[in-house]
Amino acid sequence: MSPAADRATDPATGNGTGASHAELARVVREHAGRLAVSLIHVIGDLGTAEDLVQDAVVTALQRWPNEGIPERPDAWLFTVARNRGLDVLRRESNYRTKLAQLQWPVQAEPDERLRLIFTCCHPALPRPAQIALTLRVVCGLTTAQIARAFLVPETTVAQRIARAKRKIADAGIPYRVPDPDELNSRLSEVLAVIYLLLNEGYLSTAEQTQSRDLVDDAEWLATLLHQLMPTEPEVTGLLALIRLHRARTDARFSRDGDLVLLQHQDRSRWDHQAIADATQLVTQAARQRKPGPYQLQAAIVACHAEAEDWAATDWEQILVLYDMLLHLAPSPVARLHRAVALRYTAGPQAALAELDTLDDTLDRYHLYHATRAELLRALGHPYQARTADERALALTANPAEQALLQRRIHWT
Amino acid sequence: MKYVLLFVETEQYAKDLEAMTPADRDRAYMLVGQWFAENADKVRGGSKLQAPDTATTVRMDGGGEPVVLDGPFVEGKEVVSGYAEVEAADLDEVLRMVKTWPGCPVVEIRPLES
Repeated sequence: MSPAADRATDPATGNGTGASHAELARVVREHAGRLAVSLIHVIGDLGTAEDLVQDAVVTALQRWPNEGIPERPDAWLFTVARNRGLDVLRRESNYRTKLAQLQWPVQAEPDERLRLIFTCCHPALPRPAQIALTLRVVCGLTTAQIARAFLVPETTVAQRIARAKRKIADAGIPYRVPDPDELNSRLSEVLAVIYLLLNEGYLSTAEQTQSRDLVDDAEWLATLLHQLMPTEPEVTGLLALIRLHRARTDARFSRDGDLVLLQHQDRSRWDHQAIADATQLVTQAARQRKPGPYQLQAAIVACHAEAEDWAATDWEQILVLYDMLLHLAPSPVARLHRAVALRYTAGPQAALAELDTLDDTLDRYHLYHATRAELLRALGHPYQARTADERALALTANPAEQALLQRRIHWT
Repeated sequence: MKYVLLFVETEQYAKDLEAMTPADRDRAYMLVGQWFAENADKVRGGSKLQAPDTATTVRMDGGGEPVVLDGPFVEGKEVVSGYAEVEAADLDEVLRMVKTWPGCPVVEIRPLES
């Protein structure tokens, strides 16, 4: 069934014909990448095909809010892209002939979006370009939507995409799924892009989220990747990680919009069914006995998500998982998180000693100082704690985190 | 597509090479020769370059007469020490061959304008 079929009666849209932001995003995302794939198949050039898709998406976003989402959004987008192609490619008779021959529906093929994803996340492209390109080409975001989500000027995003597409053409970046022997390193690029979308969306402000929820795009991408590569445990792990975060989103903010730390969250507001399902994914991935950073992070989050309350948290298990994570992917931030677990197994003094060894690398990271503040408070040093919180406050630009730190500096 | 591989040496690599026994150095050169032989179907040409202190640079951006200078146009810890022109289907094919390169520690891949 087309996602648009029941749209007319959807209470979320607010009226009979209009379509909500979220709905538009959902429908466009479902079809944009597929359309890109079929056009690349015909035209043979990713850049040109993608421009046509983008034109069709922009047109849809202008017209669908008033006209409603068409019965067959895929056919609609296809027709607009094809006509646009016949128009703009007037001089390129080669493309034109191919496009003119193209009829809807384009013959069903195995899902080729994997090729698209791997091309957008090619290691020869800089990370910001990989992200912008993936969002635009695979998820059907407009340049304007990407710019708003990342709080950068639209021209910057447009330049990144133009440069990336030029490099794909000029440097001969192929449109293909990597061979098995290169798959691991290439897959880690794709997973890094999705993980960054999760982080970016996780920290974004309400205003940004209203225009585009990047966590939604991250989950959609991970779901797609999981469908296309069901036996890759790190893909499963990342999908589980995203779903475990989403299952607890509602409880992360109080009714007044204040950030609530895990310790104080109302766990009845968590989606326990979603947590159980995601935990199932973690188990499923673990069965393959190829542990990786995303599986381990998901397992850690699952430990928290399954605990009835803060006091019931299995810190010993979390500590073991952090040790494994640090073994596979050493990072100062992971050591910081491990130190929090250490506080509940070995005490705040031990955790603080561990933090002291990270001073050089994490001095500019606000959560380092916020964590220090909590430990100092637990050890009965309120003044030093306040200084640490003040340092954390100066280092974060996130309004929700700023508000929380301000409350803490003021009240404790 | 055609690409040029720019082989880049670092100071450390030059030192390491110098510190090698003649036998080890021969072995290192042999590995490089083997690599070229294995990729002979893609390599169209190229050469090792003489050391940077043999370079001469002519600058014509001063407005007046061309200026002839001793040395390479960029002085740095990393210097281009050789090049090879290769022909391959796409960047991935080049990446695959470069990843097995046994010589100097940095290789830049530049597509040629066609």
